[in-house]
Amino acid sequence: MFTIIIKDVTVLSAIGSLLAIIMVIAQRRLSNYGDCKIDINGKRELVIKGGNSLLSSLSDKQIFLPSACGGRGSCAACKCKVISGGGPILPTEKPLLTKAELAAGDIRLACQVKVKSDIKIEIPAGIFNIRRFNATVTEIIDYTYDTKGITFKFADGEKIDFLAGQYVQLETKPYGKVKQGVIRAYSISSKPEINSSLQLIIRYVPEGICTTWVHQHLKLGDTVSLTGPYGDFFLRDTDADIIYVAGGSGKAPIKSMLEHLAVIGCKRKMTYFFGARTTKDLYLTDEMHAFEKVFPSFEYVPVLSHSEQGDGWTGKTGFVMPYFKDAIRDPKNTEAYLCGSPGMINAVTKALIEEGIPKDKIYYDSFG
Amino acid sequence: MDISAFVLFWAAIFTSNILLTNFLGMCSYLSVSREVESSFGLGVAVVFVLTITAALNWLVYHYILVYFGIVYLQFIVFIIVIAAFVQLLELIIERYTPALYYTLGIFLPLITVNCAIFGVSLFLVIRNYNFLQSIAFGAGSGIGWLLAILMLAAIRRKLKEKMVPLGLQGVGISLIITGIMALAFVGFSGIVQIQ
Repeated sequence: MFTIIIKDVTVLSAIGSLLAIIMVIAQRRLSNYGDCKIDINGKRELVIKGGNSLLSSLSDKQIFLPSACGGRGSCAACKCKVISGGGPILPTEKPLLTKAELAAGDIRLACQVKVKSDIKIEIPAGIFNIRRFNATVTEIIDYTYDTKGITFKFADGEKIDFLAGQYVQLETKPYGKVKQGVIRAYSISSKPEINSSLQLIIRYVPEGICTTWVHQHLKLGDTVSLTGPYGDFFLRDTDADIIYVAGGSGKAPIKSMLEHLAVIGCKRKMTYFFGARTTKDLYLTDEMHAFEKVFPSFEYVPVLSHSEQGDGWTGKTGFVMPYFKDAIRDPKNTEAYLCGSPGMINAVTKALIEEGIPKDKIYYDSFG
Repeated sequence: MDISAFVLFWAAIFTSNILLTNFLGMCSYLSVSREVESSFGLGVAVVFVLTITAALNWLVYHYILVYFGIVYLQFIVFIIVIAAFVQLLELIIERYTPALYYTLGIFLPLITVNCAIFGVSLFLVIRNYNFLQSIAFGAGSGIGWLLAILMLAAIRRKLKEKMVPLGLQGVGISLIITGIMALAFVGFSGIVQIQ
C-alpha cells in the first residue's frame, strides 16, 4: 500500500516537474528580447532591454511622454509617432486613434507598443524639457470646503521651465486600502517666474484615489514625485482679445496666466468668466478682482448657477454662456482659453463658435 | 470503436459538435463572440490547442498513466498538461504575433480552463479512441467550436443594429441563439452517431 502511494506521488511529481522545467526554459528563451535601440527624432539613441512598453522604456531613461491613465490604454495621452519597428497597430489602440491617425498608420499609443526590436520614433522636442522632480509640500491653503491650494518646493535647487497654462503629473503613494500609487494630471496655478516651486489647486472628488490622498493624507513636509511640464494649453503671444472661462479648480491655469501677464505687462482686452455653483464654491475672488487694477482692460465675472436666497449674491447667475456676447468686441480677433469639465468645455465651445470666434482660436484643457 | 478517423473528424464538426451538442466551452464562447475578428482568432487557437492536447493527452494516458497504473489521476494530469501547453502557446504568440496576443492574450488563460478542451481529452479515453482517431476527434471538435463561435459572432454583428429587449441583451440573446443553432444541428445527427 505504502509503495503504491510513493510510486503514484513520484510519477505525478515527475510529470509536474518536467512540465515546469519546459516552462522555465521557454520563459528564458521566448521572453528575452535582448538589447534594443530607440532612435528619437533621429537625434538621440537609447539602448534599453527589450520586452517592455515604449512608454515605460522611455520613462526609465527619464523621457516622459504624457500619460494620464498610467499605461492602461485608456487616456490616449501618450500618442507618439513610431516610424519603424513598432509592429502592426493593435486592437487595443484602434478605439483610441482617430480615422486620420489610423489612415496615417504611424501614430501609436506608447503604452501599448512593446519594444522588441530596434525602433524609430518621433516626439515633440518640448518633451525633452519634461523631467521628474522630487518636491516637498511647503504650504496647504484651504480655498473652499473642497478645494485646496498646495505648494510644492523642489529638492536640491532644481528648477522647472514651463509656460503658463501647462500641467504636471502628481504621483500618489499607497494609503489605507489603496495599495498602488496612481498618476494624475494637475495644472500649475503659480506663475512661471517662480521656478523653484509650484502650486497646484486640487478639488476633492468623492472616491477619487488621488484627491482623497491629497485632501486627507498629504501633510506639510511630505515629499512627492512630480513630472512635467506637459500640455499645449498655454497663453499665445498675440494682440487678440482674450476670454477666459473656468469652472471649479479650472481656475489654476488661468491664475498662472494672469500672474504671468501681470509680470510682463499686458494691454489686451481680457474678460474672465468663472462658473461656480454657490457662494461657497467661490475662491480667490479678491485676488482676481485685484487684477482689474493691474491691467488696463480686464474684468473678472464670477457666475453662480445655484445662487440661493439670502446668500447675499448680487452678481450674475445661471450659466456663463449668455454673458459672452457683451464681452466680445471683434469675434475674429478674440482668443478663448477654457479649463473645466468636459461637459462645460463642450457647451462653452459651442456657444463661442456661435458668437463667431474661430474654432482654432479656442484653446482648452479638459479634466477628462 | 471502429469508426474511421476521417468519419470521426466530420462527425465531431457537425453531428456531435462539442459546443452545440455537449455545450462545452461556453464561457469564452459567450464573451469573445462580440467580434468576428477576435472570435476567429480564439477559434483558431482552440483548434490548435485541442488538436495538440488531444494527441498529448492520448500519449500521456497510454504510455504514462496506464503504464504506471495511475489512471485514476487522469483529471489532474490532463489539466496540468493542458495548462502547461496553453502557457507555452501564450509565450510563443506573444513573441511572434503580438497582434494576436493582444486580441487573445487575455483569453488564453480562459482556454486553459475551457471545458471543451478538457472534455475532449476525457471523451477520447472514455470512448477508447486510438491515436489517429484522437487527433481527428480533437481537430474536428476544434473546428466545430470555431464554426459555432463564428456563426454566433456573425449573428451578433447583425444584432447590433436590431432592437433587443433590455433584459435579453448580451448573454441572454446569445444563449437563445445558441439553442436555435443547436436545434438546427440536430438535423445532422441522423447521419452518423459517435456517442
